[in-house]
Amino acid sequence: MRSFRVLTGAVLITWLVLPLIPLAIWSFARGWFYPDLLPKTWTLRAWDYAMSDTAGVLDSLWLTIWISVAATVLSILVGVPAGRALGMYKFRGKEIVELMILAPTIVPGIAVVLGIHSVFISLGLNNTVSGVILVHLIPTLPYMVLVMSGIFANYDPAYEAQARSLGASPLKTFWYVTLPAIRPGIIVGGLFAFLVSWSQYILTLLIGGGRVETLPLLLFNFATAGRNDITGAIGMIYILPGILILLLTAKHLSGRSGAVGGFGQI
Amino acid sequence: MTHVSIKELTKVYPGSRVPSLDRLSLEIPSGELTALLGPSGCGKTTTMKMIAGLLEPTSGDVTFDGRSVLRDKPEDRGVVMVFQNYLLFPYMSVADNVGFGLKMRKIDPAEIKRRVGEMLDLVKLPDLGDRKPSALSGGQQQRVALARALIVQPNVLLLDEPLSNLDAHLRFEMRDLIRSLQQEMGITTIFVTHDQEEAVVLADRVALILDGQMKQYDRADVFYKRPVDEATARFFGGHNFIPGTSDGETFDCALGRVALPEGAALGRGKLTFRPENVRIGASTNGENTLQATIVDVIYLGTQTRLKLRVGETEVEAVVNPNEIESYRAGDELTIHMPKSTLWVI
Repeated sequence: MRSFRVLTGAVLITWLVLPLIPLAIWSFARGWFYPDLLPKTWTLRAWDYAMSDTAGVLDSLWLTIWISVAATVLSILVGVPAGRALGMYKFRGKEIVELMILAPTIVPGIAVVLGIHSVFISLGLNNTVSGVILVHLIPTLPYMVLVMSGIFANYDPAYEAQARSLGASPLKTFWYVTLPAIRPGIIVGGLFAFLVSWSQYILTLLIGGGRVETLPLLLFNFATAGRNDITGAIGMIYILPGILILLLTAKHLSGRSGAVGGFGQI
Repeated sequence: MTHVSIKELTKVYPGSRVPSLDRLSLEIPSGELTALLGPSGCGKTTTMKMIAGLLEPTSGDVTFDGRSVLRDKPEDRGVVMVFQNYLLFPYMSVADNVGFGLKMRKIDPAEIKRRVGEMLDLVKLPDLGDRKPSALSGGQQQRVALARALIVQPNVLLLDEPLSNLDAHLRFEMRDLIRSLQQEMGITTIFVTHDQEEAVVLADRVALILDGQMKQYDRADVFYKRPVDEATARFFGGHNFIPGTSDGETFDCALGRVALPEGAALGRGKLTFRPENVRIGASTNGENTLQATIVDVIYLGTQTRLKLRVGETEVEAVVNPNEIESYRAGDELTIHMPKSTLWVI
């Protein structure tokens, strides 16, 4: 058991941490060429540039945070009721609804985004931040709904009836009884939604029309321009929120937490 | 003090043709403890949920002191329902659970604390306020659930199978607690159960519901002495049903001509009497005395049941288990049934 854990840890580190090391080194290097194991000269030039106003990295960072937070909040607002319906009720056409919600995880975004683009043009949503937030819901919602329907499948709504019977209004019932039970699911689903939105490239590029320049777009520009040092610095900034969120919510991701259970498993 | 009246209450669940509850009418006097008794799926819990406002009736009415409450939301009815599995909120401490109803009524926190303390004393759990419900035993959880319901001083208290999840020794403790609190606070209380013993032990009056319809609504002892029909008698453990004809004073059947008490039904019917009312030996005046042969002796611990053959028919009797040695299959026996214990259905 113990050796299995060590092995798992080693594999995870190889896959997740090792690829980041050259990126980090590049961000501090002034040229780094074969066959040097490490750069000959070190510099903060790339970081200076990345933090400067001309690069637009910080503006782009705030914009990306805003888009991802908004997409996450909207995903929660839609995903919680949808998950409840799918997790708790039987209704006609339920399988079709499930398939439609899960479809974006199977169908590549690029296949549908052109159609969405023309719809958004007629709605005046293309090249706008709102349009980008809305289109991010396509890949974020499946995760949110999937997590929440799992939570609600194990959830006993009799607790809500009990709260009503004790004098709680529907709103208070939700706040004091439903929310604590589904909170782990909201955290985990929200985390997925945030990270999925955070890493969107194609959807942002096409719907944002290049005017909504999120971090992945910026990163891609520098990467294709061959600026490995600046790409490294932005890359470091880009992965920071993911790591932070992961650390803050780690306890909810373990199998023993309520994230996979709700009231039913307690 | 609230008089609860149920009028022709009917529930047909969507997609079902057969009503789960069929025109149930019931008057529950103020301050009484009433049992809704019936087998699983007979519509008892459905009835409770409709009284609590957690389920909408298909038709019929529920009134409190003559006023229909069907349009009132569950939180405004003054009814608290205690569910069978207690449903203590797992994220809250015991004290927060008990104080939940007061918090919803925007009572001052200091006042809530004081009343929660009083209530926990009343249900004999004074030191457990800080625990989480999962750290309590089943009996303790039930008392917390009861405290949580009673603290809001409801007009009507609904209990779903209040004793069925408890061990034998806890049952009587809980029964006494429920009865004493209910009497003290004078809360009109309705509970549902599938266990006739639970109903008899706890309730002032029992409403028997079979197949979604009310069979009989009476004091508990009447169900044993004067059941309305065979199904009712059987539900209460009745065993002897002998077909024949009544002329009001005597009943002509396989046992011969048997004397009946006053008020017995006329015409064709079935004679019924409880196994525990069959006496060994002849009666003083020779009335209703019969010769029987023992077919089987069944030892049940607290009682011994005898299967007897009387003429063409079989009769069951209960005797003292200490005397089991005196009965053997094949023996002849004289028995009698006091006429006050007989009934025609």
